Amino acid sequence: MHDSPMAPPRSFLWVRRVFLTLLTGFVLIPVYVMVSSSLKPLADVTGKFRWLPSGLTLRPYIDIWSTVPLARYFVNSLIVAGAATLCSVVVAVFAAYAVSRYDFRGKRVFTVTVLSTQMFPGILFLLPLFLLYVNIGNATGIALFGSRGGLILTYLTFSLPFSIWMLIGYLDSVPRDLDEAALVDGCGPLGALFRIVVPAAVPGIVAVAVYAFMTAWGEVLFASVMTDDTTRTLAVGLQGYSTLNNVYWNQIMAASLVVSVPVVAGFLLLQRYLVAGLTAGAVK
Amino acid sequence: MTTTALQEPVRGTPSGAPAARRPRRRTGRAHRALLPYLLLLPALLLELLVHLVPMVIGVMMSFKELVQIYIRDWSSAPWSGLGNYRMTVDFHAPVGAALLHSFLVTVGFTLLSVALCWLIGTAAALFLQDTFRGRGLLRALFLVPYALPVYAAVITWVFMFQHDNGLVNHVLHDQLHLTDKPAFWLIGDNSFYALLTVSVWKGWPFAFLVVTAGLQNIPGELYEAAALDGAGMWQRIARITLPSLRPVNQVLVLVLFLWTFNDFNTPYVLFGRAAPDAADLVSVHIYQASFVTWNFGTGSAMSVLLLLFLLVVTGAYLLITSRGRRGADA
Amino acid sequence: MRSIRAAATCAVTLSLVLAATACGGGSSAGGGSNDAPKTLTYWASNQGASIAVDKQVLQPELDKFEKQTGIKVKLEVVPWSDLLNRILTAATSGQGPDVLNIGNTWSSSLQATGALLPWDAKNFDKIGGKGRFVESALASTGAQGKDPAAVPLYSMAYALYYNKKIFAEAGISRPPATWDELTADGKKIKAQGKSVLGAEGSNLSENIHHVFVFAKQHGADFFTSDGKPAFTDPKVVEAVKSYVDLMARDQVIPTGDAEYAQNQSVSDFAKGRQAMLLWQSASANLKSQGMPDSDYGIAPVPVRSGTPGPGTQIDSMVAGINIAVFRDTHNLDGATRFVKFMTSDDEQKILNKAYSSIPPVTSAQSDPAFGTPANTVLKNTLATSAAALPQVPNESQFETTVGTAVKDLFADAAAGRAVTTDSVRAALQKAQQQMPAA
Repeated sequence: MHDSPMAPPRSFLWVRRVFLTLLTGFVLIPVYVMVSSSLKPLADVTGKFRWLPSGLTLRPYIDIWSTVPLARYFVNSLIVAGAATLCSVVVAVFAAYAVSRYDFRGKRVFTVTVLSTQMFPGILFLLPLFLLYVNIGNATGIALFGSRGGLILTYLTFSLPFSIWMLIGYLDSVPRDLDEAALVDGCGPLGALFRIVVPAAVPGIVAVAVYAFMTAWGEVLFASVMTDDTTRTLAVGLQGYSTLNNVYWNQIMAASLVVSVPVVAGFLLLQRYLVAGLTAGAVK
Repeated sequence: MTTTALQEPVRGTPSGAPAARRPRRRTGRAHRALLPYLLLLPALLLELLVHLVPMVIGVMMSFKELVQIYIRDWSSAPWSGLGNYRMTVDFHAPVGAALLHSFLVTVGFTLLSVALCWLIGTAAALFLQDTFRGRGLLRALFLVPYALPVYAAVITWVFMFQHDNGLVNHVLHDQLHLTDKPAFWLIGDNSFYALLTVSVWKGWPFAFLVVTAGLQNIPGELYEAAALDGAGMWQRIARITLPSLRPVNQVLVLVLFLWTFNDFNTPYVLFGRAAPDAADLVSVHIYQASFVTWNFGTGSAMSVLLLLFLLVVTGAYLLITSRGRRGADA
Repeated sequence: MRSIRAAATCAVTLSLVLAATACGGGSSAGGGSNDAPKTLTYWASNQGASIAVDKQVLQPELDKFEKQTGIKVKLEVVPWSDLLNRILTAATSGQGPDVLNIGNTWSSSLQATGALLPWDAKNFDKIGGKGRFVESALASTGAQGKDPAAVPLYSMAYALYYNKKIFAEAGISRPPATWDELTADGKKIKAQGKSVLGAEGSNLSENIHHVFVFAKQHGADFFTSDGKPAFTDPKVVEAVKSYVDLMARDQVIPTGDAEYAQNQSVSDFAKGRQAMLLWQSASANLKSQGMPDSDYGIAPVPVRSGTPGPGTQIDSMVAGINIAVFRDTHNLDGATRFVKFMTSDDEQKILNKAYSSIPPVTSAQSDPAFGTPANTVLKNTLATSAAALPQVPNESQFETTVGTAVKDLFADAAAGRAVTTDSVRAALQKAQQQMPAA
């Protein structure tokens, strides 16, 4: 790319430098505020803002675990988001495989219906869904409301439309000859799916998994209505730091950071899959 | 969101055809015909349970007079026919006027937010296309806002937007002396800009990610050919990159639009349950109409209207953009 | 074929919906059962410095109850941000706790949903009779003429907390008894570089509590005697304006307080940045923020003239927490026994001490802990000059709509826009029109 006619001109480099510097600032300032405030004593965060802490303390990182039962929320979130991700990926792979490899009646209706659920305002089905879960619970004894199971079911479906859509694109990009060869060799369709197609679609699947995990990890509205003390997730539990007494900003920031690190780390580690998954899947 | 269906003509081949044409001898025809449905079944059931049935219930609720005295046994609530709808679209009465206001605010906010997200995301993706020192670091850094859980990100902005102790006023007023007195960001008219800032901060990395991916699909030969024709960097961007990104943008803008329009978490965490007028997004407005004033019938009617609006907009958008695309492709 | 398939999908959907509606809405009109006599679920409101503190306070008492009765109580402390929504969803589904705390101002609204067990004379007898409770507290347990929906648990009242040191420095010898005195004192305090009075301008409930008292002092009510909203009554408008004017005209409330919603004004007071605070039972809160009792004094909330009393001399709403039994409880007897336990003299003393509130049970008030100067002020206020918020089914909507109106007016004042009788009336008119047609 760097032979002479392709070399970027000076104006381009200059604009790039300015733009990227400003953008980095925009992105970084809140991150800096989050990190630095989490290390400040309470007096620093309830008074005038200061760029540099008057003293550094790890106290907030100790206090966050006792002010609210953060550890329990953490475990809940891990279970809920983890299970939702796993199920969502499996279900999405099946569905995307069917759409990508088979011609069948109702295919168009299916894809259009599933994808159009993306535009449902969450608020429209919050109460109905809640009622439905309660009634299913009353009728069958399966506790969906208030349990992690109900939340897992909800979140996995939330990420499903986008996941299916992305995977259809990705699977379309996996050469058909591969699984046809497997079929000819005597693998069943599922064998072909798991032995050939899934390994070839790892970037797409990882991208979908990351998306599903983030959806479940950060959701507030449904979690606040559908959980109780024992099943509360982090996104809702974090609100516990604004108590009747005081807003413990340093603890809020510390807890936010603790909550963010696993997702951000995972996200950054997997980002190259994400780009690869999107490249083949979503943006063709 | 009919993208897949819409892409089929572009892709040309009906996707499943080869597999279907080369059946395995041992499997019965009925079995084969059933298989795709079996594969779809889990997704279908989940969609039915979590999205479609609740939506139908929601639509039913919108025809009921579902106020507090009936919530304990809502099937006993009287049918109100179109009463809820009549109330919500009567723009001369306060409920309708407030909804209209909220709707307009949301439209304005969404358009601005999507435009800014797209602009920043695309620019960043373009600028990070060539390799240079620190590129990997910047790319990772730029994804951080998107990866942060919504609550953590937005609460940090609340902290920064505080009137007395926030960073924003500290910088704008105390350090740069741009304002004669500290501004309010979380109440009053400025709250719109606060909301926009947070939304863009959180949303642009998604555009960046998608455009970055899209750029990788543009064949390098196109650039080389253009370079040989003597096109400069800026011209190459204008003549090759942006047109090639068209299909990507079509999807990206739509997804951003729907997500931003329906966003509940950001305004709710930023302002709490009573959003200031200037930033009264329709999702929070409906939340307040149903949960805070306990009128779930009206709330449902508003949601249904919103859904209809989004259906129309999405349909029209896809129609217009894909016609344009076909024209461009031809 | 496609349409047939679509039709089939619709049919499946519809049948599911019908199944859902058939059993819709959880519960029948029944009044609870005794299916689970050995356990209870209790939703407590967040009264202490944090949820963890609440658990420390309540758990030993629940253990005591278990020892006495063999009934195990499962405790959940619900944050205020969630409590009303949780109760609503519980009411909608019939799946909720057995016993729960409610903000006493919600009593009539929740009463209207029918989700709470009515406390008729028979039920009251099981916990020792209505006569044990302070009258003003009983006034905030549901609509008049109906059986109460809940029983008073903790009582609180507003008082004026003032920083003794700032007052001394400003040369103020005694706390202001009228709003005019407060404004005059404010000038001296501001000369010392301190802010005068705290408020939570973006907290809808706080706004309501204050404008309600201001309305009383102007001889006005937000609701007519037959329960219709009368927000644009000239006297109401004047009352709301005079509250907002504490910021807009008198400038005793700092403009920054317009965006407070999370008790930042208490912190400002505890840190000695602000001379006065109107709050309910702030002692425990202030102590937890490092302000010793000796640093501040407590006086009745100012009135327009004269001294606090009934009528236009009202200077506080009846604040507090009620305890209620969920109508769909599976342990009706146990729930009633638990309410009896929580409202017993001993528990009332222990719990109200822990939360620095006043027991709504007369016989428990005799404990010396409630005779301190601070608690005497609160006790007297409750006994003589506190009024219950309107006990109408739409109370919770009133809190939202009028609370938002006041929030918006504060935002105007903070932004330097004029707050006029017209602008106040317009804001209140909007609030009134958003009230459900009753």
